[in-house]
Amino acid sequence: MTSVVLSTHNLTKHYGSGSTRFDALKGITLDIRDGESLAIVGKSGSGKSTLMHILALLDQPSGGELMVDGTDAATLKGKKLNLLRNRTFGFVFQQFFLTPNASVLDNVMLPLKIARIGSRERKRRAMAALTQLDLVDKAKNKAVNLSGGQKQRVVIARALVNNPRIIFADEPTGNLDSATGAVVEDILFALNKEQGITLVVVTHDDELAARCDRRLYLHDGLVVDAVDGPTSKKKTVHA
Amino acid sequence: MKALDILTTAIGNSFRSRLRTTLTVIAIFIGAFTLTITNGLGAGINDYINTQVASIGAPDVMTVTKPVKATTATDGPAKYDPATASRVTSGRPGASTLELTDTDIAVIGAIKGITAVDKSVSVRPDYIEWQSAGKYVMSLGQFGSGIKIDLAAGKQFTAGTTALEVIIPTTYVATMGFANNAAAVGQTVAIGITDALTTQTSIDATIVGVQNTTLLGSNATVNSALKNALYAAQSVGLPASSTTQYASVVAHFDGTATKAQIATIKKDLVTASYEGTTVADQIGTFQTVIDGIILVLNAFAVIALLAAGFGIINTLLMSVQERTREIGLMKAMGMSAGRIFGLFSAEAVFIGFLGSAIGSGIAIAVGTIVSRVLARTLLSNLPGLHILSFTIASVGTVFLLVMGIAFVASVLPASRAARQSPIDSLRYE
Ligand SMILES: Nc1ncnc2c1ncn2[C@@H]1O[C@H](COP(=O)(O)OP(=O)(O)OP(=O)(O)O)[C@@H](O)[C@H]1O
Ligand SMILES: [Mg+2]
Repeated sequence: MTSVVLSTHNLTKHYGSGSTRFDALKGITLDIRDGESLAIVGKSGSGKSTLMHILALLDQPSGGELMVDGTDAATLKGKKLNLLRNRTFGFVFQQFFLTPNASVLDNVMLPLKIARIGSRERKRRAMAALTQLDLVDKAKNKAVNLSGGQKQRVVIARALVNNPRIIFADEPTGNLDSATGAVVEDILFALNKEQGITLVVVTHDDELAARCDRRLYLHDGLVVDAVDGPTSKKKTVHA
Repeated sequence: MKALDILTTAIGNSFRSRLRTTLTVIAIFIGAFTLTITNGLGAGINDYINTQVASIGAPDVMTVTKPVKATTATDGPAKYDPATASRVTSGRPGASTLELTDTDIAVIGAIKGITAVDKSVSVRPDYIEWQSAGKYVMSLGQFGSGIKIDLAAGKQFTAGTTALEVIIPTTYVATMGFANNAAAVGQTVAIGITDALTTQTSIDATIVGVQNTTLLGSNATVNSALKNALYAAQSVGLPASSTTQYASVVAHFDGTATKAQIATIKKDLVTASYEGTTVADQIGTFQTVIDGIILVLNAFAVIALLAAGFGIINTLLMSVQERTREIGLMKAMGMSAGRIFGLFSAEAVFIGFLGSAIGSGIAIAVGTIVSRVLARTLLSNLPGLHILSFTIASVGTVFLLVMGIAFVASVLPASRAARQSPIDSLRYE
């Protein structure tokens, strides 16, 4: 039995108050195990991103409990919280969030810079991540000049450069054509299988969801279904 | 992020929107330039006055007079009293003083803090002559006991000597027949003086130095030994009473006396119905006026800087706005609020640094050139006056002030950036 890294109990989140109150999450209870891949699936507006942001400690829940490695997340503040965000989590956001006029290398080095790692080590690790994603020849290019698929790979390089335990990916293939999307998916699952990084993927793409170990189906802020085990075979890679 | 990374990132960020940064830097440049120039002007003029003060009077003496009891303009004349001393008019126009006698000197000498009292006598030499090269009218400076004279050649008076020494101004040199300033030093000159019986005698003295022209005109200066010799020669044939009455006396006090101690001496003098005036008092009023003018000019420069400060606030607010997502991303990656604040305030301080470096740099370059040109042309009659002078301290103050203003200006935008929640910033479109 593998250990649980993140667990929630009756997690709720609402926006606004009074007549404008909107309940985005209405009581989510789940466990995320170390090394697994989990898909959070649901249609637009069902609360997937909201849940992911709370799991990644970027947002605070309105109610319920969130435990990180057995610690109550509500007690995590300031330095501890920043350290956790920096060391434990890697993010692949729905949009790319690259600094357009900085080089690819600088973009990938950002988490290491925040982690106060020296500039030589920084460069070494960033180049290693770029090598892993086949982007070494683009290291000096400005991020703005890359194609969509290349940008998404830069974002993944940035997410894994600091050796996180968990990578959160919000619609990692949403902006890509299916062929490029498949490449990105393969990279993410390879990280999960080979390096044991826990993968939390938010998607409305059933095929991507099917490749994950588990799927949680979200509807209007509630988990309506949970399915274990991959349901489809590994896709072939189209470069 | 390490401090160095914050700094380099901030500098990089400030160059991201070049036009905006340039415009803000120009605004700061104007303020820093003006402030450096006005400070330089104040320092230049005050430096000059200080050299002048040193050349005309020792810091350890004061002139003591005995003022007539104040009468208002509407009162009639005071009743004649044969017992009171004769009245002399001197000092400020319209202010009369009474003559001082040896009794007064004793009273003044007894005041605490006063170490010695010299009779202040006026000697009126007729001429000065060097090796029959012609006799020229000699005028003596009002202040005889200067310990430090602004010299063009030679040296200061020998302390405590009985040798007869004279220092002549540069304007005498060519007229009296010397080849140059240095040639005059060490030469013996004859000084002619007429006594009460209209007999003219001549006294030999040595030129020890040549003095730069001062604010108060070009006068020769004699040491105490020569002054006493001249006075003795001039007083031959006078009744004793007239040689024992003085318009003023010079009171010496400890050169290390503090302002408060000097003030106490002056107060004691007033109580004893005398009045003491130091050279600093006389020049001080002049300096106060100049300081006042410089203060007003500085105030204008600071107003310009404050306006530039709002420029910085504006620039930073725009850049916080533009970089909302980047801030959110950095926070999501674990950058602390304090460091986000540091990132933006470092950017502001860097912009301030750029503005003050360019402003002060150009001000110093322009000021030095203008000052040199003026010293050679318009102000050539006032040797030693460099209208603009720049000290490390004053330029450093400008830097610190500008960077301080920039930092204060950054507080609002930077704390706005620091407070942003990562998720709101990331959802920002
Ligand atoms: N700051 C907010 N204020 C008010 N409502 C919000 C806010 N953020 C999210 N919501 C609402 O919460 C609901 C869930 O949003 P969320 O972004 O989690 O959806 P999602 O499942 O990720 O959708 P998508 O697939 O389109 O990304 C939406 O109805 C959204 O309008
Ligand atoms: Mg979403």
